[in-house]
Parts: sequence; C-alpha cells; structure tokens
Amino acid sequence: MDRPKVGIYDQPKNIREYPLGPSFKSGHLVDVSSGMRSFRPIIDAEKCVKCMRCFLVCPDGTIDKSGEILEIDYDFCKGCGICAKECKFNAITMHKEGDI
Amino acid sequence: MNNKIFASGDEALALGVRLAKPQVIAAYPITPQTITVERLADYVEDGSLKTEYMYVESEHSAMAACIGASAMGARTFTATSSQGLLYMCECLHYASGSRFPIVMMNANRSTATPWNIYGDQRDSLSQLDTGWIQLYVENGQEALDTVIQAYRIAENPEVMTPVMVNLDGFVLTHTYELVDLPEQASVDKYIPYKDYPNKMDLDNPMSTCITAGPAWNTEFRYQQHCAIMNSAEAINEADKEFEALFGRSYGGMVENYLCDDANAIIVTLGSVAGTTRIVVDDLRAKGYKVGLLKLRCIRPFPKDELKKILGNSKVVGVLEKDISFGYEGAVFTEVNSALSTLDKMPKTYNFIAGLGGRNISKNDIKEAFEKIIAYGNNNENASNLEFVKLGCEEYGN
Repeated sequence: MDRPKVGIYDQPKNIREYPLGPSFKSGHLVDVSSGMRSFRPIIDAEKCVKCMRCFLVCPDGTIDKSGEILEIDYDFCKGCGICAKECKFNAITMHKEGDI
Repeated sequence: MNNKIFASGDEALALGVRLAKPQVIAAYPITPQTITVERLADYVEDGSLKTEYMYVESEHSAMAACIGASAMGARTFTATSSQGLLYMCECLHYASGSRFPIVMMNANRSTATPWNIYGDQRDSLSQLDTGWIQLYVENGQEALDTVIQAYRIAENPEVMTPVMVNLDGFVLTHTYELVDLPEQASVDKYIPYKDYPNKMDLDNPMSTCITAGPAWNTEFRYQQHCAIMNSAEAINEADKEFEALFGRSYGGMVENYLCDDANAIIVTLGSVAGTTRIVVDDLRAKGYKVGLLKLRCIRPFPKDELKKILGNSKVVGVLEKDISFGYEGAVFTEVNSALSTLDKMPKTYNFIAGLGGRNISKNDIKEAFEKIIAYGNNNENASNLEFVKLGCEEYGN
C-alpha cells in the first residue's frame, strides 16, 4: 500500500513554537482515525474486477490502488459500508469487528 | 493641522475606518450600526476609500467573508449589532481561533426577545468567551481613535487576534459631536500594513483549520489565551503611541478618574462613563471623595489595574447595562473576581441599569454613589444587586 504515513510530531517545548492558529503545512498525520469502526469491509480479490467503483465512492479515500489488488487502509476506514453496498460484484462484504 | 468634523458616533467610526484603509469590508446593515456601513459605501463610491466592499446576505456571511479575506492577508473590517452579532457567533470563534486580526464595530444594542432596538451591552457581554478582544468607547472621538488603535492591537505579531470595538447604540451612534480627524500620513505611519504571518501563500502552502485532538487542543487554547494576555501590553502601547502622534490618550486599558484618594468608586464602561465623570466632579465639589474607573476593555480583563486602583477604596459600585440571568451583571462578576485576590477586598455593589435603552441620568448616578457610600458604612448583610429604577415591587414582596 502507498498511503500517507502517520508521523511523529515532536511536541514543542515552548508555546511560541506551535503553529500560529490552526494553519500548518499539510500532510502531517499525527493519528489514525478508525476507532469507531464496528463493521470491517473485506475485499474478495477473486471476485474483484478492479472497476474502481469503491475507490470513487469511499468518503474517506481509504481504497488503495497502488498494488496488484485493491486494498483498504484500515487505519482510516470508518466502516460505513458504502463500498460493500455499491460493489456490483459483491466482492466486498462487511464483517463484525469483534468476530474477526 | 486642525481638521474638525461634526459627526455622529457611527460617522466618526466610519471616518476612522477610512483612515485605517481596510482592503476588504464585508457587512450587513442593522440598526443602530447602519450609518457606519452606509458611509463606508459612500466612501467607496466617491473614491476616497479603495476597498473591496462585499454586500453579503447575513452577518454570518459577513464574518465568514472577513475570515476568508483575512486568511489571504487582507486588512478587513465589518460592523454589526445585537442580533447580527449573535448570528455571527459561530464565525467569531473561527476568526479568533484562526488568529485573524479582523476589526469589527459593534453598536451595543439590546437582544430579543422582547424586541428592542435601543442600547444596552447584553449583546457583546454575552460573547466574552469568543476569543475576541473587546474594547468599549465613551464618545465619537474615542470611537474614531479606537478603531484605528484596534488595527495596531489586532495586527501586533504577539497578538494576532480579532478586536471588537463597542459603542453604545443611539447614545453614541446617533448623537453628533465635533471630532478631530487625524492626518492620513500619520495614521499610515501608526498602522503600516504588513503581511500577516499566517496568511495563505502559494509559495508556502498551508492547511487551515487543522484538526487538534485531545493530545494538542489544550496547547492551542493556551496559545490563544497567551495572545490575548499579551494584548494587554499592546493596548497600553497603542494608546501611548497614539498620544505621541495625535495628542490624545485614553489611559490604555482603563481610565483612572480621581480614584487615588477615593473611598467610593464606580466602575463602568461605554458612554455612561462620560455622565459618571460629570457626577464625580459635582460630588467632589461638595467634598465627597468619589472616583470613576472606566473600563476600556473587558477582554483582556485589566485585573492588575483594578486591584491597584480599587484596592484602597472602601466600596466599589459596578454600573452596567447587562444582567446575566440567574446571577448578576457579567462585569460585576469580573470585577469581584479580580478584587477577590486582594488581602482586603472592598465591599462591592452592582447596579443593573440602562437595559433596552432606559436612560441613565446624572441623578441616577448621584443616587448610586449615595447608595454605595451608605452600603460601605453599613455592616449588615444587605443585597448588593439592584435593578436601577425598577418600576415594580421587588420579587417576593
């Protein structure tokens, strides 16, 4: 997967070293965001034809297309299930997190 | 050198804004602010103010437009009042949190309901926690001068915080006085435009309104708090430098009028400070040791100044056009909080007056002084909250 990496941003010692207001150079991911997911979408690579519909509809942009098969970035997938509902090949199914 | 103009408070403030040369104005008209935005539109029309004047559909949009313009580094101005201020409340927090040095005039007016267009300070005093610096003025000249000072304070690199200049609806906005118009060249020197450190820049792209979760949020809030605390020095500096260039001083954060030897002091803000000053003179002539402390700002709150000036007085009255339902006047709470850090705290008394534009006369203030003098000498635990000229029996009677 070729996804933005969560980086460590050293907490500044002095308040003056903080960005002035919430304006800051883009691309600093300091945290993942998927803790609220209760259902996990899983792509069946056998059924997937890489039509990219899930890539288009994912509201969080978590479908990664850089590799041979499509993959989901579970660090940022919220489990909304739109990809599973929209997949015309039933290649994506939702699985309860606690059961996996 | 002498350039006197007969102007209403609204007009005086508009003249001050023209001298400050904002690059963007976005505003929606509302009584009693309307004349200010009309005059500014006139100045754009006659070519005496070169600015992008945006006619927006609401106050929420006005502040949003100012935020966008300020993010691009433009000096901005807006003006509002009462319901309009409350309508833009959400954007007030965006503006201050983003550290945009927007300057806004607020014509103090009562809030609905019951409906009322006349003056009191319940609109701005209900917005103390929005992260805006709040200045209050006593007359048209101070309105004109303060709006110019507001840009120097807001754009100070140590501050970078929006400023609200409050003037009393009708009592100031619609009454005329002779105002002295500062020279444009001196104003340019006083508030030279400099790029904002947080402006959007193609060569140095930034994201705005980033997320700061629980791990970072406290520090951003602390940073904002530090900025407004720093503005105390900036307000005093702006007043001193203004005096050096234009010959007028308002005392910085507060004005101490005959408080040094006073044993009964009234603390107030806005136009009623002028009436109180006259009453102080009258009572002084009769031998009473009374004084006036005029608050020019309530955010930042001049805690140290109040402790120093009020600390030796026997009794302090707070006269305000506000009531925080279920407790007391908001200013009274602030004053008590500051004085409570003294070893020996003066007795304090709250006068709620002027709501919905009810006149506060010289006689009302004279009676207020008499009341606090008696209260200072009385050791009984009497109530210290009074609605001035309440036209009915007190609740419970």
